[in-house]
Amino acid sequence: MASPAPLQLRCCAASGCRSAGAEALQAALLAARDQLGGAAEAVTIKPVGCLRLCGRGPLVALDRSGEGSHGQATTELYAELTPEQAPALLRAATGASDELAARRLDPAHPFFALQQAVVLETCGVVNPESIADALAHGAYGQLKRVLLECSPEQVREQVKRSGLRGRGGAGYPTGLKWDTVALQPPGPRSVVCNADEGDPGAFMDRSVLESDPHRLIEGMAIAAFAVGAEQGYVYVRAEYPLAIERLRLALKQARGKGLLGARIAGSSFNLRLEVRVGAGAYVCGEETALLASIQGGRGTPRPRPPFPAQVGLWGAPTLINNVETLASIPVILREGGDWYAAIGTEGSKGTKVFALSGAVERTGLVEVPMGTSLRTVVQTIGGGVPGADGPDGGVKAVQTGGPSGGCIPAHLLDTPVDYESLRALGSMMGSGGLVVMGESTSMPEVARHFMRFSVNESCGKCVPCRAGTVQLARLLDRFVERRASLADLERLEELCRMVGATSLCGLGQAAPNPVLSTLQYFRQEYQAACREPSHCEPLDASALEEVAR
Amino acid sequence: MIAPATAQPQPPPTQVDLPPQAVERTTRLIRQHRGRADALIEVLHQVQELYGYLPPGALAQVARELKLPLARVHGVASFYHLFRLEAPTAHRCAVCLGTACFVKGGGELVSRIEQRLGLRLDDPAGNGTWALEHVSCLGACGQAPVVVVDGRMEPRLPMDDPAALDSRLAALGLTAAADADPSGAS
Repeated sequence: MASPAPLQLRCCAASGCRSAGAEALQAALLAARDQLGGAAEAVTIKPVGCLRLCGRGPLVALDRSGEGSHGQATTELYAELTPEQAPALLRAATGASDELAARRLDPAHPFFALQQAVVLETCGVVNPESIADALAHGAYGQLKRVLLECSPEQVREQVKRSGLRGRGGAGYPTGLKWDTVALQPPGPRSVVCNADEGDPGAFMDRSVLESDPHRLIEGMAIAAFAVGAEQGYVYVRAEYPLAIERLRLALKQARGKGLLGARIAGSSFNLRLEVRVGAGAYVCGEETALLASIQGGRGTPRPRPPFPAQVGLWGAPTLINNVETLASIPVILREGGDWYAAIGTEGSKGTKVFALSGAVERTGLVEVPMGTSLRTVVQTIGGGVPGADGPDGGVKAVQTGGPSGGCIPAHLLDTPVDYESLRALGSMMGSGGLVVMGESTSMPEVARHFMRFSVNESCGKCVPCRAGTVQLARLLDRFVERRASLADLERLEELCRMVGATSLCGLGQAAPNPVLSTLQYFRQEYQAACREPSHCEPLDASALEEVAR
Repeated sequence: MIAPATAQPQPPPTQVDLPPQAVERTTRLIRQHRGRADALIEVLHQVQELYGYLPPGALAQVARELKLPLARVHGVASFYHLFRLEAPTAHRCAVCLGTACFVKGGGELVSRIEQRLGLRLDDPAGNGTWALEHVSCLGACGQAPVVVVDGRMEPRLPMDDPAALDSRLAALGLTAAADADPSGAS
């Protein structure tokens, strides 16, 4: 590519900004540029992936290369632009006016300044539909290097050193999983990317797929090389049409450049990658259900062991990793496992991408080092609940881990975000959705909301989940409608324990978590919802603190 | 061995009604997948695109040409939420009830639209013209609450301003069920 034009406008073209009118804005910008005449040469307009602050889209970043003028490269970010403002934005770019100052965001604001882009380093920078642009930004560099210079063992060694753990939620050490697959008896193997991001409130994987699909493909190809797989599938949920479109295009481009297929980059390594589209079943995010779905069947889980690493697709050892996990691989190999392990905490290395949403001032995509406190993410970065103040910024609770996770109350906001800390609080990391809840949110209603979700999504294979979730939802109805009794409260807890202990797969085992965690931290709301609250053992505040600890 | 009639809830004469071009297209697309049984979900997606839903005759054709028992094809088609086994209404609206949309008033939005259109959530028959369904999360949480009207996503509905909400919904064509009835559904 030629040297970049002195001015570059990067227009967010991911789903969030698109639904806010990004396409019309980009068209208006192109039209306005054409009217500049000779000066048009100096302005490049390119679509890019997510620029993070989704709640204020459509977003446009303006880069000045600094050539010709003062020699200093700068970037400005503009929010909530309308197509009518396109000419004004170009005038701002060429320095003719500053009428859009009110739409300009401060790059030193904590929302941007506290983020550390590792997985998302080229998200919002590269054009997701152009492999040339991706290559210019270093995509596939590590794949080529690894294929020519490293053995699969060396690659796995770096991943083990990095301490990377699965980003899908459970946090299984990635290097260990790769070893398990690689060390199975000789024969065919598969690699699968789980892009069935079904947790409500999670959109990290969608953002990676829409913004930087080549990074995922490179990570998958490296994983396939490291475990000796020659075929692979990306299983994407059908609710993400733009992600599917861009991923398919990226795969086609990669094949065209010889980066997928036979004898990749002149090595002896072959890899065939395909996209498989889901059909709207949350349970397919569970790995054994996902494998059944890839093979064209009903997405019902099966008992483990054997684990997919031993017996997976068509009986062959299969490596299943989440999008974010695989997208972390290229940078780990570029900078080294030790570099990655230096970020984060003792047990949780690296960075984590969160999708921040709900009752929060600034919603969007946030990548921070592991161990950052929830307060930093929700209050400093997110800005707390709009229009509220106080020490916790009006936050009542933060929901993590989707329908398998729990609600963390405001008084525990100083908890560092890592796998163990969240689990200790009865929640879980999950895939990374953080939904903020304000004072007006009723916790029994939240619990019922998630239980109804689980009722809908239970695959029906095992009784505790199929029937238990229905009964739990009915019990929760009684609390929401304020006609529960003390016996209901006891029954609710008992049934939660039963469903959790006896369900077949993770969906059922974790389905009671939202109830249990709201019972743990907001028990008084359940008691207040009883027909005769005075009979339901009112707890004082100090006892509540005890429980919380 | 397998009694085909028992696997199918409806009587099979519908097959005759399928437009021949669509039947032909189905055969062609199955051939594109080289008749592989593991392509079943992919095939069903494409067949649904063809008809707007999965008519019983089309399921029977898919079973025959992929050499699968009809029970297996029906089992898969009925398992996944996105496959429709009945003809869709002319217009469709989906309300996101993901956590972020829920926190931002998605539940209220549902009752508002139910009232306007005179129908019930997740009733595939709707009011004859419109059907309202819920989706669990569209990943547009930054835009919550959102609805999808005939495939187009509408972001940030103003739940705190009933008048503005009503005019947004009216502009989307979500008007009371009986247009002739001036009193409307509310």
